[in-house]
Amino acid sequence: MNTMNTTATRDVAVEEQEQKTQPVEDPRPEQAELEEGKTVGVPYVDDPKFRLRDVEVFYGESRAIKKISLDIAKNEVIAFIGPSGCGKSTFLRCLNRMNDSIDICSVKGSLELDGDDIYNSKRDVVELRARVGMVFQKPNPFPKSIYDNVAYGPRIHGLANRKSDLDEIVENSLRKAGLWDEVKDRLDATATGMSGGQQQRLCIARAIAVSPEVVLMDEPCSALDPIATAKVEELIAELSESYTIVIVTHSMQQAARVSHRTAYFHLGHLVEVNDTNKVFTSPEHEMTESYITGRFG
Amino acid sequence: MHTANLLPLVLVIAVVAYMLAFMRSRTVAEPFGGIRNLKALPFYYAARAALWCAIPALILLGAWTAFEGKVIQNVVVSSLPADVAPKSEGEASLVLSQISNVAAGKLDPNFVPKPVVGAADLLENLRDRSSNFKTMLVILIAVLGGGFAWSRVQPHINARENVERTLRWIFFICAGVAILTTVGIVFSVIFETVRFFGKVPITEFLFGTTWSPQTALRADQVGSEGAFGVIPLFTGTLLISFIALVVSVPVGLMSAVYLSEYASKRGRAILKPLLEMLAGVPTVVYGFFAALTVAPFISDLADIIGLEASAQSALAAGLVMGVMIIPFVSSLSDDVINAVPQTLRDGSLALGATQSETMKNVIFPAALPGIMGGILLAASRAIGETMIVVMAAGLAANLTANPLSSVTTVTVQIVTLLTGDQEFDSAKTLSAFALGMMLFIVTLALNIVALKIVRKYREQYD
Repeated sequence: MNTMNTTATRDVAVEEQEQKTQPVEDPRPEQAELEEGKTVGVPYVDDPKFRLRDVEVFYGESRAIKKISLDIAKNEVIAFIGPSGCGKSTFLRCLNRMNDSIDICSVKGSLELDGDDIYNSKRDVVELRARVGMVFQKPNPFPKSIYDNVAYGPRIHGLANRKSDLDEIVENSLRKAGLWDEVKDRLDATATGMSGGQQQRLCIARAIAVSPEVVLMDEPCSALDPIATAKVEELIAELSESYTIVIVTHSMQQAARVSHRTAYFHLGHLVEVNDTNKVFTSPEHEMTESYITGRFG
Repeated sequence: MHTANLLPLVLVIAVVAYMLAFMRSRTVAEPFGGIRNLKALPFYYAARAALWCAIPALILLGAWTAFEGKVIQNVVVSSLPADVAPKSEGEASLVLSQISNVAAGKLDPNFVPKPVVGAADLLENLRDRSSNFKTMLVILIAVLGGGFAWSRVQPHINARENVERTLRWIFFICAGVAILTTVGIVFSVIFETVRFFGKVPITEFLFGTTWSPQTALRADQVGSEGAFGVIPLFTGTLLISFIALVVSVPVGLMSAVYLSEYASKRGRAILKPLLEMLAGVPTVVYGFFAALTVAPFISDLADIIGLEASAQSALAAGLVMGVMIIPFVSSLSDDVINAVPQTLRDGSLALGATQSETMKNVIFPAALPGIMGGILLAASRAIGETMIVVMAAGLAANLTANPLSSVTTVTVQIVTLLTGDQEFDSAKTLSAFALGMMLFIVTLALNIVALKIVRKYREQYD
């Protein structure tokens, strides 16, 4: 569905484009020189959840993220889009220090969550990740029962003293993830036996079971079929009432549907951040325009 | 021609057939517009020709070699005149060895009866003819087979399928060899075991608590009452294996965890081979290490804290054996832990679990079957180990659970029973086979139980 839709929108967008700037000679325009650390649009907000300044990420010698500055507001859904390898996932994984497990990866710059430095050497990663949860590209439920999957986080963090408390957390999380009615009779069944879409919603339930403030989603629908994708997108819209959500996606439709703001990444630069409507109707930067109209990426 | 020369010759013919068929398939394909219009690629036509050439010829060669000797012997023996013809099996083998010794020139023809000399000539003659005939026939079949396949290099014949099917059979036969060997070993042990139980009652063997494998050489011999109670031996085996596992499982597992989760790539590349070197040390070296260093140390230590320890102890053997089998546990566990998908680790870490929590709650259950496999391998290694026990734990069959005393194991007893001069049908010798059988059954049972446990608790991730 994603691809199909992408092509469809692309065609429409290209037509509009052609009407505006007749004639189009080269389908691949000269890529503008990107200036380091320069982002058009509205990258900064008041009282942000995340305050990120001059963030650089290195994989060994190579620089994957080049001086990106961005604020992420409370309770907003922000989508990261951009061609493959542009650094959006890398950037996302900085927000809960998931890059730590990669030996050669190092992060520079200032990254703050509610005013506290994320990469401070004294920072407790466990506490950080309890506040900033994550959902991955491929559904990765543990090979345990559905119940144990959701209860995993609360158990680790000691969130429930009694079995009944834990039951309640599990039920609430599954309800929020829209999965309760489907699985309430088989909580002891193994999670790997569920369908892909159910698995991904279980992973979301698992992430919100520890009551995080932020949920990071790394292409959460790329391994799902259209119906499962629609369900997850619905879920994201509901979750945005109580959580800050950062979502990386390859589907521009998805970004348009679920997010409030959209950030366009290109080769490690953050090119443009704007209201989602504005990005998809009248982008400020020519590269954003080229990308969303399908000229490259 | 000798078999050893015939074998390479057949292979050479097969290679020639391969090349000829390869060329022919290209030639045949020409009028149709190239090899893509053949049913199969030239390689398959060529491979089929080689297989047609080699397999029948090799089967014939094998069969001929297997039966040639027996047939010739029968012919030679039946050619002997009635007065020298052997009357029993024993005589027959005597006469035959005489004949072949004369034929080989090891025995002076003047010392044996005339008919035997004649038979020796016949033997040599037959051998020559058989050898010539075999050579011709094998070469003929190889050439015929190759020629047949060559003539069948035609565009509409699907050689690919033939080759695939033949390969499948070859693989099947190779897999069968291992199974057949096991079955063969089991049967040969079973027969001797049954003979043993004819002499010693099975209940005495299974439940007896004394092991003293003596049998009387003469009827009037004093103090030669044998006792074949197997319990002290199995207690010894289990005691030592248990000590070894107590050492190797925790250490091996934790080193596997360190290697796969904590060590840097470089560290792992250096440490893992070093650890695996432990498995490469000959067991006899471990044996004298245990006997000369560890056992006296333990006995001194026991003296200091006021315990009594014999110079050879189960503890010494078990400890050293434990060190020896560490790599079995660590290396296999490391591999399976590494095979657990990174996404599961990420999932756990992203929920705020620490590395060790992730290890304990996610990686470990998922890797359990493989880890169990490593432990089982280590356990069977420990149960089967002989040399260290002989040197460090002694030969005395004490029924005890005290690790400081001297014990012996099943394998050690098998060795002592079968080495040295013994009549082969005495209960003493036969008991070795019964012990082997018991050991086989016990390890098999262990394996089955472990598999059941693993199946119950495993968390399957794919």
